[in-house]
Amino acid sequence: MVKMTGAKAIVEALKRQKVKHIFGIPGGATLDLYDVLYSSGLRIILARHEQGAAHMADGYARISGVPGVCTATSGPGGTNLVTGIATAYMDSSPIIALTGQVNSQAVNSSYVIGRDAFQEADIIGITTPITKHNFQVKKACDIPSVLKEAFYIASTGRPGPVVIDLPKNTQKESAEMDFSSPIKIRGYNPTYNPHPVQVRRAVELLCKAERPIMLAGGGVISSNASHEAVKLAESILMPVTTTLMGKGVIPENHSLALGLLGMHGSIEANKLIHEADVLLNVGARFSDRTTGTLDDFCPDAKIIHIDIDTAEIGKNFKVDLPIVADAKSALKEISKQVTQKMIRKETSVWFDRIQQFKEQYKDLLIKEGGLKPPKLMVELRKLVPNNTIVSTGVGQNQMWAALYFKAIEPRTFITSGGLGTMGFGLPAALGAKVARPDVPVINIDGDGSFRMTEQELATSLLEDIPVIVIILNNSMLGMVAQWQRLFYGRRYASSELKDSPDFVKLAEAYGVNGIRVGSVKEFIKAVKKGLSNDVTTVIDVPISPEEDVWPMVPAGAGLRDVIWTSKEKKRG
Amino acid sequence: MTNNQTYILSFIVENKPGVLYQISNMFRRRSFNIESLTVGPTENEDFARMTITVKGNENTIEQLTKQTNKLMDVIKVTILDKKNTVMREIALIKIFTADSKTRSEVIQYVDVFRGHIVDVSLDSLIVEMTGDSNKINAFIDLSRPFGIKELARTGITALTRGRRVIKK
Repeated sequence: MVKMTGAKAIVEALKRQKVKHIFGIPGGATLDLYDVLYSSGLRIILARHEQGAAHMADGYARISGVPGVCTATSGPGGTNLVTGIATAYMDSSPIIALTGQVNSQAVNSSYVIGRDAFQEADIIGITTPITKHNFQVKKACDIPSVLKEAFYIASTGRPGPVVIDLPKNTQKESAEMDFSSPIKIRGYNPTYNPHPVQVRRAVELLCKAERPIMLAGGGVISSNASHEAVKLAESILMPVTTTLMGKGVIPENHSLALGLLGMHGSIEANKLIHEADVLLNVGARFSDRTTGTLDDFCPDAKIIHIDIDTAEIGKNFKVDLPIVADAKSALKEISKQVTQKMIRKETSVWFDRIQQFKEQYKDLLIKEGGLKPPKLMVELRKLVPNNTIVSTGVGQNQMWAALYFKAIEPRTFITSGGLGTMGFGLPAALGAKVARPDVPVINIDGDGSFRMTEQELATSLLEDIPVIVIILNNSMLGMVAQWQRLFYGRRYASSELKDSPDFVKLAEAYGVNGIRVGSVKEFIKAVKKGLSNDVTTVIDVPISPEEDVWPMVPAGAGLRDVIWTSKEKKRG
Repeated sequence: MTNNQTYILSFIVENKPGVLYQISNMFRRRSFNIESLTVGPTENEDFARMTITVKGNENTIEQLTKQTNKLMDVIKVTILDKKNTVMREIALIKIFTADSKTRSEVIQYVDVFRGHIVDVSLDSLIVEMTGDSNKINAFIDLSRPFGIKELARTGITALTRGRRVIKK
C-alpha cells in the first residue's frame, strides 16, 4: 500500500504495464492526469483530433501486439474517440482509452455526474456496444486494479478496446493504492487450448483432403501464429488465402499464397475456394465482404473453424467442425499430428492446379502506361524493404494496396477492415512508426480518406514521427464513384471532390514535404526521397477519376462470379 | 426458421450497477425483444439472477447466449429447459366490482385459482395471482368481462427443478 493521488496511480499503473507512449489531447477533466504525465518520463504524443489519437493507439497496438493507450477529456473528447474505438473493436485491436469525466462526487459544490455538467457525456453508455469492456472508476483507490484488469481484458482472449472513465475527483484524490492485488474477473476465462477430439477430427479431415484451402484471418496475426500457419500449409500443400485482416500471414510471394479472398479478392482465391473439399478457417469470421453470398460459399467443402471467440462459431455460417482455441496452439497441435500421420507432400494435382491458376492470372491487371494504381503498388513493393509497414485509408486506395502491394511479413499491413473507417491511414501510420521507429512506414491513402484526419500531419512534424503518405488522388470519393459508375448510371451524387485542395501546398503549410508526381519514374524518385527524408513526405499521385478496382465480386453474387473488367459486368 | 418459440434464459451476473444495461443493450443490438425480465440478488449477495424470456429460434438464441456470455459481468447464461423448470409470475389485477353480486363472483374465481384478495374498496378489489403464465393469462381472461381497471405483472422468474444448480 502506498498513498498517492489517483492521477499518479494511473501513471504508475501504466508504467507497470510497460506503457511508454500515450496518444491524446488534454482537457478540463484530464488536467490532473496530464500534470502527472508531464514529468513522468512517458512520451505523450499530442494528436490534433481525438479520433487520430485513437487510431494512433490502434496502429501502435496492431504493430507491437501490445495495447496502445489513448486519452481524451470528458464530453466531446470522449465522443471524438468513438470512431477510433469502434474501429479497434471491429478489428479486435487492443487499445486502452482513458477518458476524463466530470466529478463523481460534489467537490466545492461543483456539478457531478448525471446533472448535465459542462462537457459531460455518458461515455460508458456510449461505448458499451463498441468495447470489450468499460470501467468507470468510482473511488481513487480502485485505480490500480481497474487498470490492471483493463490491460488484461484488452490483450487476452479475443483482443479488443477497453475504456476507463476517470471522474476528475478520482484523479485528484489521494488514497492508499494497492498495485499487487491479483486480477479477479469471474465472468471471463478465455479458452486457449483446443479440445483434443476436435483437433483429431481436423487432422483426419486435412489428411484426407484432396483440395484443402486455408482461410487465414486477423486471429492468426494477433496470436502471432503466421509461422505455424505456413508450416501446416506447406506440409500438406494447402494454399492459403487471407481476409483483409489476415494479410501478411503468409508471404504473398509464396507459391501457396492465393492472396485476398472476397469482394475485392484475387481471381485465384475466389475461383479456387469454390473447388475446395476442406476449408480450414483460422481466425476469420466469415464476414460478408469475405464470403460473398453464403448460398454459394464453399458448397462442397467440409468447414473447420478455429476461433478463440465461441460466439463466432456458427454466427454467420454453419460449420462442420468448430475448434474454440487460440490460433497458435490449435495450429501447432494440428501441425504436429498431421506430420506424425502423413509424409510431407511434395507435389499434388491440387498444387499444380494452383500454380497454373496463379500463372494464368499473374500480372493480368497490372497494366503499363500512365499512373495506374496496381502498377504503382508493384513498383512500391520493389522499392521498400520487406519489413516496411503499410497502412491504408478506406475505399479504392485500400483495395489497390491490399491487392497489389504484396505483404511479406505479418504485422506489416494495417487497415480498417471491419468498420471501414476513412481517415484511419495517417494516424495509424504514426502509431505504427512510434511502435517501430526502425522501419519505413507508408500510408497509402485516397484523397477523400486522407482529408478526414489530415491534421495529424502537424502531429507527425512536431512529434518527429516521419512517415510517407502516398495519396492516390482521383479527386473523387473513388469507391462511391465506382459503384455509381457501375450500378447507378454514372450519376456522381456528391462523390466528386474536384482537385481540392492542392496537397503539395497543404503539406508545405504543415511544414512537411510535398511532392506531386506525373509518371511512374517520378513516383519511384519521390518514394526514394521520402525514404531518405527525416520528416514526413506527402506524395500526391493524380490518377484518373475513372479508375476502377478489379477484380470485384458484385454484391449478392458468389465468389466464383468474380469479374475483372467492366465489360464483363455488362455481358453478365 | 421461425422466431416464435419462447425461451427462458437465466443469467447469473455480478450484482453491481450497469450490468442490466449491458445485457439489455446486447439484446437490442442483436435485435431481440425482451418479453419479460426479472432481476434480484441470489443466495450470494455478490451475484444477481436475471430471468429473461425472449422469442427466437435455436440458432438465434444460441448466438444471443454466446454474445451475452462474453460480457465480463455475466458469470453464466443458461437456457432453461421448460419441462424441468419451476416458473412463477405474480400479477396484481385491479378488478371492477359494480355490486356485491359481482364481488362475490370474483372472490369465488380467485378461490378456484388459489389467488389472494389483497385490497378491497367500494367498487373494486385487487387480486394477487401467482403461478405460471398460462394460469395468470387464464385468470385475466376470466376477469375481463368484469372490467380490469389496472394490471401489473412481474414477468417470469424461474429455477431448475431438483438438485441441479447453476454453478457460479
